[in-house]
Amino acid sequence: MFACLHVPGLPRCTGRAALYECASAFSPLVEETAPDAVVLAIGGTENLFGSPRELAAALARRAAALGLDARVAIASNPDAAVHAARGRAGITVIGPGQEAGALAPLPVAVLSPPPEIADTFVLWGIRTCGDLARLGEAGVAERLGPEGVRLRKLARGAGDRPLAPADPPPLFEETIELEYPVALLEPLLFILARLLNQLCTRLEARGLAANELRVRLKLTDQSEHERAHRLPFPMRDSRTFLKLLQLDLDAHPPPAPVTAVLLSAGAASPRVVQNGMFVPLAPEPEKLELTLARIAHVVGEGNVGAPELTDTHRPDAFRVKRFSHFSAARGQPRRERARLLTLRLFRPPLRAEVEAPAGQPALVRAGAVWGRVTARAGPWRTAGDWWRPDAFSRDEWDVALTDGALYRLYLDRLAGEWYVEGSYD
Amino acid sequence: MSSAPLIQADLLSRLGWRPRAAPETVATGVAPIDRLTGGLPRGAVTEIFGPASSGRTSLLVSILADAAARQETCAVVDACDAFDPASAAAAGVDLDRLLWVRCAGNPEHALKAADLLVNAGGFGLIVLDIAGVAPRIARRIPLASWFRLRRAIENTPTLLIVVGREPCAGSCVSLLLEMKKESVVWSGAPNARLLRGVALQAIPRKPVRPAPAAFAAESGWVACQR
Repeated sequence: MFACLHVPGLPRCTGRAALYECASAFSPLVEETAPDAVVLAIGGTENLFGSPRELAAALARRAAALGLDARVAIASNPDAAVHAARGRAGITVIGPGQEAGALAPLPVAVLSPPPEIADTFVLWGIRTCGDLARLGEAGVAERLGPEGVRLRKLARGAGDRPLAPADPPPLFEETIELEYPVALLEPLLFILARLLNQLCTRLEARGLAANELRVRLKLTDQSEHERAHRLPFPMRDSRTFLKLLQLDLDAHPPPAPVTAVLLSAGAASPRVVQNGMFVPLAPEPEKLELTLARIAHVVGEGNVGAPELTDTHRPDAFRVKRFSHFSAARGQPRRERARLLTLRLFRPPLRAEVEAPAGQPALVRAGAVWGRVTARAGPWRTAGDWWRPDAFSRDEWDVALTDGALYRLYLDRLAGEWYVEGSYD
Repeated sequence: MSSAPLIQADLLSRLGWRPRAAPETVATGVAPIDRLTGGLPRGAVTEIFGPASSGRTSLLVSILADAAARQETCAVVDACDAFDPASAAAAGVDLDRLLWVRCAGNPEHALKAADLLVNAGGFGLIVLDIAGVAPRIARRIPLASWFRLRRAIENTPTLLIVVGREPCAGSCVSLLLEMKKESVVWSGAPNARLLRGVALQAIPRKPVRPAPAAFAAESGWVACQR
């Protein structure tokens, strides 16, 4: 048996969720048939809600409590229930085999015929479902085609389509209220491990994986501590998640003892990879992610990743982006290799005292870098970003010192100071 | 005398000793060095050392560029934050395939990061750059740390290269390469000179296989600038 909950003139944006929620309270199988109608399967709910009429009354009461003036119809198939709800106000219960009789007096418009067929019905004088049901199937098929046959079948209450229940977006959340506040990370990890196991089991049951983990900790001082960990690819390994959360919470501990834990995961399709015999050597993504988290825990976030040159002429301009197995794995055109003398940088550049008679460096003193200039090349002027407060303008020199090494030296023309930027190595 | 090798072979076979297979090697991208050393051994520690401006970093960048051409994932553990991505990119290193770990002058962090990377597996090349660390501090790194790295990398296809001012990994290295600067090439008039390049020399101090002495004269190579 199927029940239809129909609210004529339902506001599209606000009432639809309420209608769905109202129906969901009575059955897990709810179909969003139209913006103003939902159909729910009520077979087997007699022990919970009583007879179909009692259930229909309960549905109407619940809808009224949500502010919906709903019509309720119960029939043996979803279409008959929908058409009865559209055609009759209040509660309608149609027993099995009584569909044709119950629908016969209803206007044919409840079947929502296409405009051209509706015009034909007007011309033919077909006003009710009963009028349509009495027409011969062969004649209707000959004149109106398959759509006409379908409408005739619906008018007889003989629909046989299965219910197509709406699949609400799954919410992967696990929460736990703690009896006593937890101040240490280790006991908190036991709780997180349990929640992660549950979460991963649920994800696995639906064939999904998590691409984001979010932990919300309620603290004793009524505040919340939230940490989000965006994963480079969907994963479902609870042990990996636990280690990632451990490293993250160790680096960013909550400021007060924890009273409740809420763990949520963003669901995504799992990664499908076909490895090949000739695929270049690359780290396993799960292991790499964990290794990167461990290294970040040692050297600090922002100090581990893939270097990326920025689109500027500013010297030593780069940013460190997240190192991803996938960004590394994508095909790169083979670059031309040039054998260049490479610079080793001093970060920050070494402030230097330079004797520069006639503007040419002759003696350099910068901590461990010390010596007379034996050969020099330059200067090369570099300037830019003059419209910004951190504009740069400098004269660069390549110098060989008496210590035997080659350095890049520059005069910051804005500050009037000399620096050793690095050594050629 | 002629039976000595036969007796030796018989004894070794009875003791169950099998000669270790020669390690797989990869090219450095510098032909004279490849001819001299036979390439860099996989699953072993290679140490490149030399003073400032001796070409250690240029050789390293060449090795990184070659690894990028093989589409391998590389990692540079930079103890003193001296790596210049712009120079590396200009030399053909694929920065997308390069994991850069900046340790801000802390050699302990660098060793720990290198250990984590070696144990993670899957990297084609891992570089531990401690050239910026003062030799007296680098010498304090316990030999056990190097043995640990060597054990971790054994039987893997990963290359581990240590770059320093002085050799510090002791007997754990399979290839020890000393770099020296031969001469600096300048061009132009005295008042408008240009640094053209540096002639460098690589001397294998602990080769994987003995190289003929005749090759030593060819070990110099020129790194050109701009």
